[in-house]
Amino acid sequence: MRDYIAKRLLLLVPTLLGITIITFFIIQLAPGSPVERKLQLEEGIKSEAITQQIVEETKKLYGLDKPIYERYWIWLKQIVTLDFGRSYKDHRPVIDKIAERLPITLTLNILSILLIYLIAIPVGVYSAVKHGTVSERASTFFLFILYSIPSFWMAMILIFFLGGGEYWNLFPVYGILSPGAENYPFFEKAVNFLWHIVLPVFCLTYGSLAYLSRFQKGSLLEVLREDFVRTATAKGLPRSKVLLKHALRNALIPIITILAGILPAMIGGSVIIETIFSIPGIGQLGFESVLARDYPMIMAIATISAFLTLIGILISDLVYVLIDPRISFEGKS
Amino acid sequence: MTEQRSVGYWGSVWRKFRKDRLSLAAFIVILLLFGIAVFQNFIAGNKPIVLKYQGEYYFPAVFTYPEFYGTDFKELDKTLTQGEFAIFPPVRYSPTENDLLSILNPPSKEHWFGTDDRGRDVLSRMIYGTRISLSIGFVAVGISVVIGIILGGIAGYYGGKTDFMVSRLFEVMMTFPVFFLILTILAFRDPSIYNIMIVIGATGWTGVARLIRGEFLRLRKYEYVEAAVALGGNDFRVMMKHMLPNALAPVLVDATFGVAGAILVESALSFLGFGVPPPDPSWGDVLSQSQRYVDFAWWLVLFPGAAIFLTVTSFNLVGEGFRNAIDPKFRANE
Repeated sequence: MRDYIAKRLLLLVPTLLGITIITFFIIQLAPGSPVERKLQLEEGIKSEAITQQIVEETKKLYGLDKPIYERYWIWLKQIVTLDFGRSYKDHRPVIDKIAERLPITLTLNILSILLIYLIAIPVGVYSAVKHGTVSERASTFFLFILYSIPSFWMAMILIFFLGGGEYWNLFPVYGILSPGAENYPFFEKAVNFLWHIVLPVFCLTYGSLAYLSRFQKGSLLEVLREDFVRTATAKGLPRSKVLLKHALRNALIPIITILAGILPAMIGGSVIIETIFSIPGIGQLGFESVLARDYPMIMAIATISAFLTLIGILISDLVYVLIDPRISFEGKS
Repeated sequence: MTEQRSVGYWGSVWRKFRKDRLSLAAFIVILLLFGIAVFQNFIAGNKPIVLKYQGEYYFPAVFTYPEFYGTDFKELDKTLTQGEFAIFPPVRYSPTENDLLSILNPPSKEHWFGTDDRGRDVLSRMIYGTRISLSIGFVAVGISVVIGIILGGIAGYYGGKTDFMVSRLFEVMMTFPVFFLILTILAFRDPSIYNIMIVIGATGWTGVARLIRGEFLRLRKYEYVEAAVALGGNDFRVMMKHMLPNALAPVLVDATFGVAGAILVESALSFLGFGVPPPDPSWGDVLSQSQRYVDFAWWLVLFPGAAIFLTVTSFNLVGEGFRNAIDPKFRANE
């Protein structure tokens, strides 16, 4: 098993390299450098010669005067020591800004993943057991509809009806804490936080939830047709035991691997949902950095989110091998 | 002589597909959307479909006439005399026509879906947005299917080291936070409709590539493929002519879901302000306006969102029905 993990960790390197190379070249080869953009924003229009001089100096300051492959090499050498450079926007170390915001995004997404699995599995089991009945078909259709509702539309509808417009004012739609709530005692602060993230977490959750419960249903239905399930029923085990102990255990296996596919999508979802709800997480930071052409920030976010995704995939693969004795580490590699 | 023609593979798929009424309904919705996209000028616009003016017939909705340059046809309509007439589209507003006197009007007799913050007719913008959404969906998926077939084909056909290298590329693409990548590229290039198509297409090919790879790895061992190679068919010919047709059905299913995904991504981009450049209409763009007036302008939330939802659901339902129709083959690949 140790060999397998080592091999997989080694394979992370080329993948991460690939992701950083693509991102680096896309943003660095694009027309319009951050220097000009910064000058436009801050300096207004000065005389041509002075501006040209400032551009050159600023480029030198950020190391933008070197050829692109050299810049990538410099960037890579820094990354190895976990030095992501400083943000072009406010000159703070990139790693600090990310450290501030990553916990918020991780909290939201981990909560959302927990909810997805906690709800999707029972719903999937229910639909598989009641397969073909009217209530099952209704719930399957409802899940299909839910799956197709764009999350940003759902967010706008929720804000419109529950966020204090002409209708109910049940949930806050801005930020993660009420103004002044930083000084609340711990418990009240936690409640305030949870109250704020109800709508965003719902928007992050329902799509994958619907997808996963459909998947769970299909997987369980397939297992229920297997011989060993018939054997278990034939030897007189109660239906609940056959279902939960013999069938469900096997049907859970593919569900775990799905996690690998959900993770990259969750990062995209965070960008949209955090921007709509003004949540100071990585998604919003990414969106702001893209707008400001903050090269070091964009590179750091792409690298870190890709790394987290790869780790997530690795974990789901490991769990897969651990719970399914038919698959060995040797066989998988 | 009566010849009983067999329905063939696609004929039998269609027969099975037709039995699922929900998927069939979704298919009809897609056809209707295509109708709207093709005939948008006859459904909405401020130019008459047919105009009889001073004894001549004109079709201003389709052609541009130099003699009517800068003419307001609604004013012209009022001055028409006996025997002259103008037939307008049912929605009498162009998608880019500002009317500062009727800003943010709720749905009314004049503006069925209300107006936006520049007084533009929401229904008209949505009708013209249909063509943009559908074309982005189809062109983007076309691009990713081509890339997916080429890369997946190479990996599956040659196997071994080539497969290992190309599979690393798949892995890079699959773990990429794709939406963030798309956003970055579009922020750094001009967000033209073509760039959106290319970017969505160039980032969405992994599904097709993996399907083709798996199928080619399997087919490569078949005797008929070996025979084709032994007879001296070059690699490209063997792949395209002998292997691809056998792998096409699951790819088309994947492409149908892909269209839904691409339309969703485009509307999300427009919603964030990185989509179709203004003043071109897009469903996501109309919806993004609602962010600023969310306390009252429900029509800016409801209608464009419903259009995106309906389109995405329809493509997903058709994909689902299609997959069930080709099921035995699809199952074998899983």
